[in-house]
Amino acid sequence: MTPAHQAPESVLFGRLSLEAIPYHEPILLATFAVAALGGIGVFAAITYFRLWAWLWREWITSIDHKKIGIMYMILGLIMLLRGFADALMMRLQQAIAFGGAEGYLPPHHYDQIFTAHGVIMIFFVAMPFVTGLMNYLVPLQIGARDVAFPFLNNFSFWMTTAGAVLVMVSLFVGEFATTGWLAYPPLSGIYSSPGVGVDYYIWALQIAGVGTTLSGVNLIATIVKMRAPGMTMMRMPVFTWTALCSNVLIVASFPVLGATLALLSLDRYVGTNFFTNDLGGSAMMYVNLIWIWGHPEVYILILPAFGVFSEVVAAFCGKRLFGYASMVYATVVITILSYLVWLHHFFTMGSGASVNSFFGITTMIISIPTGAKIFNWLFTMYKGRIRFDLPMMWTVSFMITFTIGGMTGVLLAVPPADFVLHNSLFLIAHFHNVIIGGVLFGMFAGIYFWWPKAFGFRLDPFWGKVSFWCWTVGFYFAFMPLYVLGLMGVTRRMSKFDDPSLQIWFVIAAIGALMILGGIAAFLVQIFVSFMKREELKDETGDPWNARTLEWSTSSPPPPYNFAFTPIVHDLDAWWDMKRRGYIRPTEGFIPIHMPKNTGAGFVLAVIATIAGFALIWHIWWLAVAGFVALVATAIVHTFNYKRDFHIPASEVVETEDARTKLLAARA
Amino acid sequence: MSASATADIAATDAAMQGPTPGRDFYVRGEHHPENGTLLGFWLYLMSDCLVFAVLFACYGVLGRNYAAGPSGADLFDLKLVAINTGFLLASSITYGFAMLEMQQNHKGTTLFWLFVTGCFGAAFLALELYEFWHLIHEGATPQRSAFLSSFFTLVGTHGLHVTFGCIWLVTLMVQVIKHGLIPANRRRLICLSMFWHFLDVVWIGVFTFVYLMGSLA
Repeated sequence: MTPAHQAPESVLFGRLSLEAIPYHEPILLATFAVAALGGIGVFAAITYFRLWAWLWREWITSIDHKKIGIMYMILGLIMLLRGFADALMMRLQQAIAFGGAEGYLPPHHYDQIFTAHGVIMIFFVAMPFVTGLMNYLVPLQIGARDVAFPFLNNFSFWMTTAGAVLVMVSLFVGEFATTGWLAYPPLSGIYSSPGVGVDYYIWALQIAGVGTTLSGVNLIATIVKMRAPGMTMMRMPVFTWTALCSNVLIVASFPVLGATLALLSLDRYVGTNFFTNDLGGSAMMYVNLIWIWGHPEVYILILPAFGVFSEVVAAFCGKRLFGYASMVYATVVITILSYLVWLHHFFTMGSGASVNSFFGITTMIISIPTGAKIFNWLFTMYKGRIRFDLPMMWTVSFMITFTIGGMTGVLLAVPPADFVLHNSLFLIAHFHNVIIGGVLFGMFAGIYFWWPKAFGFRLDPFWGKVSFWCWTVGFYFAFMPLYVLGLMGVTRRMSKFDDPSLQIWFVIAAIGALMILGGIAAFLVQIFVSFMKREELKDETGDPWNARTLEWSTSSPPPPYNFAFTPIVHDLDAWWDMKRRGYIRPTEGFIPIHMPKNTGAGFVLAVIATIAGFALIWHIWWLAVAGFVALVATAIVHTFNYKRDFHIPASEVVETEDARTKLLAARA
Repeated sequence: MSASATADIAATDAAMQGPTPGRDFYVRGEHHPENGTLLGFWLYLMSDCLVFAVLFACYGVLGRNYAAGPSGADLFDLKLVAINTGFLLASSITYGFAMLEMQQNHKGTTLFWLFVTGCFGAAFLALELYEFWHLIHEGATPQRSAFLSSFFTLVGTHGLHVTFGCIWLVTLMVQVIKHGLIPANRRRLICLSMFWHFLDVVWIGVFTFVYLMGSLA
């Protein structure tokens, strides 16, 4: 990698020079060539089909929560490919770097890969997937037309994307951090990491974090203020409940991440002594602060996945969810407890027996509400008329896999055991077990469940099953060996090994990773095949699964205004209740609908933020200052725009609704 | 499935099933959900409060790590800070007057009190900058020790917030002049009011924990 920090800094370009382009790294060069060709191809295609205006009008400037939700999902999917490429490279390296063999990745490059893998998978895969689902579903589930602050929603999405763009840029201009995904100082301090890697890390997360925090504020306000009449808190769908708790956690934890990273940047840019080794700084302060964000973060990801499973189980067993109230209380208890366990990430720091015991016990207690949830799902299935469609298959796979991950988690919560297993591959196996087996399986269940709602056609089940089995079997092949290796004492983040007896386990893990590759490929094939067969797989009813919540009461895909008339809720599972009690779809009397207007301000702000972030990373001070001034000025100019809404004329509503009436009549 | 279980399901079904005539399933007109701006802004303020919580925590942990450099007792000029505190508290009162005038729909006096608030804010910032300049001049720079790092960052972050508050205040004054006290502008003034008072509360924490207790140490 380029020692960019050694280059003298120029006024115009800071420390950016041609040296920063890794043209002597064949792997990166090839990646760059592929990415550039792909990029040019997409660019050319959009130009050829004259789609730029459409893209700008219908997507980039859209404040429709449904479109923003879909864009979040696309972002997550693209970044999944990048993050998974990193995973494959690590698995290959560890499978071959034995007995003096160096493998194909030099340590400095390998370190960047494991750091980028962690950062991307958490911040730019799992978070966009979760936020995307919440964005798409929450307004539909509560019978609203959009979120509380539609412009802010668009801005949040583009800020998240800006962070992802900075991470991707680091691949081809300069380098990424080599510190591991949480960038502990003093390793991430200026003396140990003088290059641009940690700065890319800081500014990517800082910019994306602004988007995430604001999106959290937005969704809380939406859920609290915009529920349809009659939907009391205890009549909210479980997914909306988990979204609420997840967003409370976002608002209560992401500012801590932002502040902590800001202090790290002060140490690096200004020379303060928060986390340094000298002049009174304390690196352990950073570790505490980052995990005060980091532990709630894993619950931010898993709670909405729990919500997805709750909706799926109820719909595919044809039953009301068992123990709705206990599910809600369990979610709230997990929300609170997730704040009282952060220290279990560093039992070995030496806080003493009493502190470690406290955090060990609180950690174990979390497994009680989580266990209650598992039993609720099982009891919902009990004597239900279960349909094993894809969402249900993922749910069952989750329940088995997540339970194993939960048990190894409780094992790690025991401080003396943790002293042995700390920093080992056992830990790596554990958190992949719960994040893949919990969050990712949940996202797949959710994608299969709500895809017909979003696009009006179902996903092809054959390729879905191929993908499901590749993922599930591949997961066990990839991570069970890591449990074994961890118990044997193998530590994480190693780029080569001496003991040849370990190699077989790494080879098995690599085979597992290849199976997961098959799963991802099958998923992409499935989307393509389903798109080609979309007429055959069409959902005209709007309710293809005979499901229970309000989003299924409108058409697939829903009209821009979601509901021609705001629904009135009388019971939990409002749509099920409506179906049973003889609800008749209104076909006349439509009125104009008040809607927010599209705006390009969010996109512009995010582009400026990306440029300012890049300038800060490369010490291009004039550009950073100019970018900051431009940010503030653009925001102020935006506030002078008072005309932010319009009415969809009644005639347009009539047209849309009549088309659906005809469609439904033709089916009957 | 056993007979009793089937009967159970049938019984539940009967209770849940069946058309209910006369029940309304949708609002037959325009539905106006409540405006969420004030709640949303409150939530933002709480997230900002957490940023300050982190900075206070840092000061709490690192605030006695002088690294053989100067301590708070050596550095703080309590008289200066007391005057400064006075400015900020006064600005909160004048903002309150502006809000009272806004409720009376008096555009001119609202603007007057907003202007006075801005002047107090600017005076506060000027004194704070003077204090910082003075400290740095004496060699008590943010780089000198963890205590000074956390001091400058905590107080500076508060100052940065006041700066943004002032920019926002000017923007809002222009908007009130341009469009009058329309509902959108009233909502914005209420948001800035919450922001301004919030900064006041944070400053009371800073004054107590950093300056008063620091001078005692």
